[in-house]
Amino acid sequence: MQEAQSALQASYLHHQGRFKGLLGWIFSTDHKRIGLLYLYSITTMFVVGLLLGLAMKFELLAPGKTIMEARDYNATFTVHGVIMIFMIVIPGLPAVFGNFLLPLMIGAPDVAFPKINLLSWWFYVAGVFLVLAALIFGPGTPDTGWTFYAPYSFKTGTNMLPAIFGAFVLGFSSILTGLNFIVTIHRMRAPGMKWLKMPMFAWTLYGTAWIQLLATPVVGITLVLVALERIFGIGVFDPALGGDPILYQHLFWIYSHPAVYIMILPAMGAISEVIPTFAQKHIFGYKALIISTMAIAFVGYLVWGHHMFTAGMSGTAQYAFSLLTFLVAIPSAIKVFNWISTMYKGSINLRTPFYWASSFIFVFMIGGFTGLVLGSLATNVHVHDTAFVVAHFHYIVFGGVSFSFFAAIHYWFPKIYGRMYDEHWAKVGWIMFFIGFVSLYTPMFYLGMKGMPRRYYDYLPEYHGANILSTFGSWILAMGFLVIVVNLVRSARKGELAVSNPWNGKTLEWTVPSPPPFENFKEVPVIGEKDGPYNYE
Amino acid sequence: MSSEKHHIVPYYVYVVILGALIVLTFASIGITSIELGSLTVAAALLFAVVKTYLVLIYFMHLKYDKPYIGIMVGAVFLLFVVVIIITFLDYLYR
Repeated sequence: MQEAQSALQASYLHHQGRFKGLLGWIFSTDHKRIGLLYLYSITTMFVVGLLLGLAMKFELLAPGKTIMEARDYNATFTVHGVIMIFMIVIPGLPAVFGNFLLPLMIGAPDVAFPKINLLSWWFYVAGVFLVLAALIFGPGTPDTGWTFYAPYSFKTGTNMLPAIFGAFVLGFSSILTGLNFIVTIHRMRAPGMKWLKMPMFAWTLYGTAWIQLLATPVVGITLVLVALERIFGIGVFDPALGGDPILYQHLFWIYSHPAVYIMILPAMGAISEVIPTFAQKHIFGYKALIISTMAIAFVGYLVWGHHMFTAGMSGTAQYAFSLLTFLVAIPSAIKVFNWISTMYKGSINLRTPFYWASSFIFVFMIGGFTGLVLGSLATNVHVHDTAFVVAHFHYIVFGGVSFSFFAAIHYWFPKIYGRMYDEHWAKVGWIMFFIGFVSLYTPMFYLGMKGMPRRYYDYLPEYHGANILSTFGSWILAMGFLVIVVNLVRSARKGELAVSNPWNGKTLEWTVPSPPPFENFKEVPVIGEKDGPYNYE
Repeated sequence: MSSEKHHIVPYYVYVVILGALIVLTFASIGITSIELGSLTVAAALLFAVVKTYLVLIYFMHLKYDKPYIGIMVGAVFLLFVVVIIITFLDYLYR
């Protein structure tokens, strides 16, 4: 206990840098503090996005107008989407846990460019304020959907430019983080930490970083073109001027599909850390997991057209994109089989992170299988632009990110704050969130199959029952989220002090005190020939 | 990880490359006065590719770095080419 108390006092949380108080955080170049800055910013924005989502579900509680007009509904789903995608799920795991853990996991004192790391957080904050400015000022809240599809995005009279510029600036934040991680992994691994001794989370961050670096500029340039189209009418996307609106969709999805893998790869990485620890067993198929990670990162670049099957693309392109989409299912399935095989004959410890990880696999499987329905050309025509797409998308993206995020925050909570959370309330939060999630999105599969379109504030009476269930689900999910947040905030302040390695983890972050000291390691760790990240034998 | 040696490039190399870039820029403007039909864009892109290559090799020191850096840059360009080809599966067959 004395040791834990002194570790807390000597940790990065109490480190006295150049500035004190709040300035000591927002101007800190310590990767752990920057990770927490992202955690607090992202959680704040998640609350905003969640409230907008709840408002949408409340509107759909009954046919006709319930609480808002059609135009307000359009604005609500647009802002909900922009916040959730660009401010939460894309930076989510890499920015929070990547920043906090990557140097710890590879035995480094910090990332390669600490000042650029801080700059990327500032870009994030600037992007957030720009998007929020689009809501509050100007001629009206953007109503294009988060995809900013042309030609409507340069025709609408709403306040598009700040929103587009905000997304552009958020892209810079993402690129800088990716660049930092690639250089950190190449240059700053501890002596003896060869590529095949890196933990899976670090590997998935590496794959993610490449996507961030290579795909994000495409959407940046595309958004600039939309702005130029709005201001000067340059005619790249405007069919009236000889432009091609489908080109916009190509360019947008060349980024935004790989962006799905920016979210899901680190999610898979976090799950690949939690499962071996709570099964107390070497991860099954370590090399297969690495290959599948890099395969997802590569093939994920080449499947963007499956978002455009009904947009007027050539038949040849449709066949190619459908085939490539099915290819991506293979490495994803490899991961699932490896996680299950890791649990097999393991010494399972049923703690909260394990519950989150198991339910991640559940929602990821449903999201993945329904993705195959959308990847097939024939069935896609039937369900495109219906609630089915929204359900699939939320299962894979929101489910994938939130369940892995909560698995990660509970798993690394003792390391981050040096305290334990309340196990009972953590499990209560998990079961509420899980039941709420399934009740919220599963009825939408049914609604979509029955033909209910997405992005409509009204619906036919026969869709009423499933919509009621979905809205109730949203309330349960929100209450679950509240329980989780209250429990974690309370535990961060008053929880029982944690030892350095409460779960018997084998990766390097568990070898330093909880919370870690400034610059992480007293001496640079050396990885021996027989050492490894999952060495439980 | 061990740090790599810094290679010092003489100034005249930079000056020669700068001259080459300026010449190629004028050449890429000059070629537009020749009627090449559908190859006009291809010609402009060819000059752009050569200029990019010179910048990468000399100004960005790719020539003096370890091979894996060059392989990484090559892989990025390969990915770019694949993305362009797939995009044109739509435009050529629409």
